[in-house]
Amino acid sequence: MSDLRRSMLFVPGFRPGMLQNSTIYGADSIIFDLEDSVAVSEKDAARVLVRNVLQELDFSGTEMVVRINPIIDSPFGKEDVAEIAGVRPDAFMLPKADEEGIRILAGMLDEIEQKEGFEQESIKIFALVESTSAVLNLSSIVKASTRLAGIMLGAEDLTAELGIKRTLQGNELLYARSHLAMVCKSAGIDAIDTPFGDVGDQEGLEYDATQARSLGLTGKAAIHPRQVGTINRTFSPSPEEVIYAGKVVAAVKEAEKAGNGVFALDGKMVDAPVAARAEKVLRQAKLAGIEV
Amino acid sequence: MKITKSCGAGRQEANDIFIWLEPNEKEEVAIKLESVVKLQFGKQIEKVIRETLAKLGVTSASVTAWDSGALDYAIRARVETAVRRAGEV
Amino acid sequence: MRNALGRELPEYIAGYGEVRPFAGAFAHAGEINRKAVKVKGDWSSPNKVLDSLGGALEKCGLKDGMTVSFHHHLRNGDYVLNMVLEEIARHGIKDIKVAASSIFPIHQPLVKHMGNGVVTGLYAGYISGAVGEAVSRGVLKNPVVMQTHGGRARAIEAGELHIDVAFIAAPTCDEYGNMNGLEGPSACGVLTYPAADAYYADTVIAVTDNLVPYPACPIEITQEYVDYVVPVELIGDSAGIVSGTTRITNDPAGLKIAESAAQVIEASGLLKDGFSFQTGAGGTSLAVAAYVKEMMKEKKIQGSFAAGGITEYMVEMLEEGYFRTLFDGQCFDLKAVESLRRNKNHQRMSMSMYGNPSNKGAVVNKLDVMILGATEVDLDFNVNVTTNSNGLLMGGSGGHSDTAAGAKLAVVVTKLIRKRFPIVVDSATTVTTPGETVDVLVTERGIAVNPLRQDVLEKVKKAGLPVKTIEELKETAEKLTGVPEKVDFKDKVVAVIEYRDGTVIDVVRQL
Repeated sequence: MSDLRRSMLFVPGFRPGMLQNSTIYGADSIIFDLEDSVAVSEKDAARVLVRNVLQELDFSGTEMVVRINPIIDSPFGKEDVAEIAGVRPDAFMLPKADEEGIRILAGMLDEIEQKEGFEQESIKIFALVESTSAVLNLSSIVKASTRLAGIMLGAEDLTAELGIKRTLQGNELLYARSHLAMVCKSAGIDAIDTPFGDVGDQEGLEYDATQARSLGLTGKAAIHPRQVGTINRTFSPSPEEVIYAGKVVAAVKEAEKAGNGVFALDGKMVDAPVAARAEKVLRQAKLAGIEV
Repeated sequence: MKITKSCGAGRQEANDIFIWLEPNEKEEVAIKLESVVKLQFGKQIEKVIRETLAKLGVTSASVTAWDSGALDYAIRARVETAVRRAGEV
Repeated sequence: MRNALGRELPEYIAGYGEVRPFAGAFAHAGEINRKAVKVKGDWSSPNKVLDSLGGALEKCGLKDGMTVSFHHHLRNGDYVLNMVLEEIARHGIKDIKVAASSIFPIHQPLVKHMGNGVVTGLYAGYISGAVGEAVSRGVLKNPVVMQTHGGRARAIEAGELHIDVAFIAAPTCDEYGNMNGLEGPSACGVLTYPAADAYYADTVIAVTDNLVPYPACPIEITQEYVDYVVPVELIGDSAGIVSGTTRITNDPAGLKIAESAAQVIEASGLLKDGFSFQTGAGGTSLAVAAYVKEMMKEKKIQGSFAAGGITEYMVEMLEEGYFRTLFDGQCFDLKAVESLRRNKNHQRMSMSMYGNPSNKGAVVNKLDVMILGATEVDLDFNVNVTTNSNGLLMGGSGGHSDTAAGAKLAVVVTKLIRKRFPIVVDSATTVTTPGETVDVLVTERGIAVNPLRQDVLEKVKKAGLPVKTIEELKETAEKLTGVPEKVDFKDKVVAVIEYRDGTVIDVVRQL
């Protein structure tokens, strides 16, 4: 699992210019989209185009994800996987995800990986949950496949189903976000926040991302390259966090030498979970290009 | 195999190529290319189209291509999609 | 022979003469003798107004083989060049050399005059449209001489470019020849391009569509330099003069480049009180200004001046106090004209004052940061803005070489790949601006710093910016695009690219 998935940038799967430029904006993950941004009449073309671009261009250093079409009640999702799994994207993202859909997808990947001789479970899954039942079932959904690397909240469909409006304040998402953060944390996977719709509003985006981070989400979807910088900044460890994490890791090394399991630093107890978190902050900081 | 039905794939926008396939009475692959980079990449584009058709087993087709600076991967994808749409793969 | 950049040049070019090879950006800057001007003072009439252009041609004795000059302050709305050449053709005069500060698409009728021998020579700072294409196809008898804005002023002052008759489009003019560009149906703002011509041409003719009572204050070009005034119906099309089409780019890759360029400027340490800055009016260049503005706001910095072609955006920066002054070489929109009318800190500059390497000090020498464009950049950081990737003449230095040489930090911003063309290449089709004056290249796929500027390289690296070598950028581009085939040129030289000091930096050959 990647240590750094602050921003996941959606890129329409039909436009070569956008596909080939997708990694220049500094997003941690790129999601080539075959679902909402591709017209039904062009699903076949987008699938082949995305397959080719993944196969032929060098995207090393960025996690490459493909959002397929729904895998139940539509022929497209399975066709997407069959066409693209052979070029080994890092992950597929399943929209309108539920347990059954994830199991079907995981099953297809089991077969393909075996046939192609890929390492088992090397292709990960992201689940996009966008219904009330999926949000309520999250604790079962996270157990549907060990391939799951993260779950993304899709708030547009969710709020539509609830018959409520999305607001800048974001109170309507409080429960879904909190629940997602907890379930994902307990399963050890990433909790990715829903995109912010107004691409011109950087302040609104920053507020929205800060809200999500404060509730424990680990990253956020971007629907325009201009959103990547703000999202990355918001979800990067702050300088204070990095300095504190550095102190903790140094103190842990000292304590290990002295044979102490638990000790105090600056008046606060440091145990294994605190130490692990500090190490992760340092890894993230390093990946984010922050001086450690 | 021969292309027996006219159809196309791609778009006329930057970095893309529009490929239009038609039956060719002469039983060969003929390519007509318009490109913004024809002087520098015309031969390469024609070569990629020809190779992709051969790989898909197409031996007879009349190809018209309007290129707006597509890279090879996109050209291959558009040709393959057009052939599939012609029902030949 | 080869010049200092290794460009292959003929020693002698028919229709141009002996070639003085480029020897380095600063090898020949400096001392010149300004030429003496013959003045035929005439106090007999208090009125210099003539009936018609035809009358003016007769009065000034225009003959076969002479050089006439024009200026592009009316940009793509200029009627004067076409109008005068039509009149010259009607008079049966041949073998005319046209010294235009720049040529625009509207000047397409010039192609016809080139074809039938009315016009046999051309000087320009910049050429776009049909004329460039015709030149590339070999329509003009003698090679075009491409100059920089500062280089043109230098050549005129030094007498290397002798102008027999200067035709100056005057948006406002009085009967004794005082001109300004602020009022009238063809108002354009500053009249900076014709300055050298006014001072050094044998005969100076103002062509105006707004004849006003004496004196036409505020006067920009003054009466003591002007021989005749010719009123005409209209000197230009206002839609093409101040087109006002420049907007900050929406293209995400362009914005990414602009943001990186601003970060390079910040890293350079030049962004402090008194900062001076110039950027082009293109979408990406303007976006650099927007990012720089944010940084100035954050750091509470006031700059000393912004220079160049002035847009609404730069006017706003002046009015909001980001810069104390604007140095204006050209107004791009009506907001700029309006600002020039009422703001004393909106300062005109002639092209000599702007970029002449052989006067007593040009504005470019005081520039901290210049943002430049490029069609191609080679591995030595030499930049082409003269020909396109197909080898067609459609551009030119304008102020490119002048500002690159003057600025403390010259930053080229460009996409690494345009259409399918890799922009970083082994060898540029044409060299306009020498690499020794170009410090940093910013693309959407990384930043390259000229190895001559180790100081800058260190700072940019220290700031954590994504630095690559220019060779790496070339490789990145070619991995995506493939290696382009070379364009075939014929032997005939169709354009001579003069560096700002008058030496030949490159030639363009016929397609």
